[in-house]
Amino acid sequence: MSETKKFMYINRRPPYGTVYPLEGLEVVLIGAAFEQDVCMAFISDGVFQLKQGQDTIESGMKNFSPTYRALGDYEVTRIYVERESLEERGLTEADLMPLTWEDEDDDWAEKPSIQIVSRTQLSDLLEEQDVVFNF
Amino acid sequence: MAFELSGKTYETDEEGYLADLSEWNREVADYMATEDDCDLSDNHWEVINFLREYYEEYQIAPAVRVLTKAIGKKLGKDKGNSKYLYELFPYGPAKQACKYAGLPKPTGCV
Amino acid sequence: MLHTVNKSPFESASLKVCLGLAKPGSDILLIEDGIYGALAGTIHTAMLAEATSAISVYALGPDLKARGLPEDRLIPGIKVVGYDGFVELACANDKVQSWL
Repeated sequence: MSETKKFMYINRRPPYGTVYPLEGLEVVLIGAAFEQDVCMAFISDGVFQLKQGQDTIESGMKNFSPTYRALGDYEVTRIYVERESLEERGLTEADLMPLTWEDEDDDWAEKPSIQIVSRTQLSDLLEEQDVVFNF
Repeated sequence: MAFELSGKTYETDEEGYLADLSEWNREVADYMATEDDCDLSDNHWEVINFLREYYEEYQIAPAVRVLTKAIGKKLGKDKGNSKYLYELFPYGPAKQACKYAGLPKPTGCV
Repeated sequence: MLHTVNKSPFESASLKVCLGLAKPGSDILLIEDGIYGALAGTIHTAMLAEATSAISVYALGPDLKARGLPEDRLIPGIKVVGYDGFVELACANDKVQSWL
């Protein structure tokens, strides 16, 4: 068995306009089976992927926003959102859908997955990774 | 591909997964199971219903690892293990149960 | 003339180019990812807010809803229309220019 590597999936596009966000999410879910150290980062227009209250009924597209809530089940428990990207878009953390994971070692306590980080912090996190994908 | 049941035609993909999950009903599940020489018991239905609820909430069919853990949490440790689930669904719990539940093949299954 | 913009102003210069070329009295309809240009309180808000005095700006409702953006988050003066409104705008103008 190979040793565990640190993976970061960067999401920087808005949902729906292209197929990248949905494809990227599927790659994360598939990749989760390999039990690596996985985190996700949402920057630029990627922060719009986590916007609360998406409703695609009238536009006839598939609303894949509920799938982000399954990430905790797939042991993706660290989701970084860049503060500057939110601010540039007039968004705050309250605009994002709450994402949680259940800590098996702590009697299944629900813990938040989203961490708001500064661009500088994210830059440091990026440097720590072994593998970085971006969608 | 397609099959006919009670005068209605159901479209499927080449592996027998229902093309339109809104067409699903219990009769479809029973039919698909019979084709695989499988009789659906209450224990099978427990898993099938769980999968449908999971899909309804998250819009994906869970990977087998995720399914096993979630079943364990909801229905107890004696059911949340691969041995139990593989006995019910010998072709693979996620793959086979998802098919009967009218869901697409789980993300990440090949 | 009706101008449509379908790209996010954070990712593309489409909206900026469109605003630079649209004559007073024109209509601009933001669709798909273009609707992010309608958001109030962003680094690109000023550019569109200025234009709304001379140009009528619309945003497509179903695309706003899909992306979880309620009307009260938009720049004041931007009108939300449905697919029927899109058709009406296209008919009311002699030409349609899509800034892709």
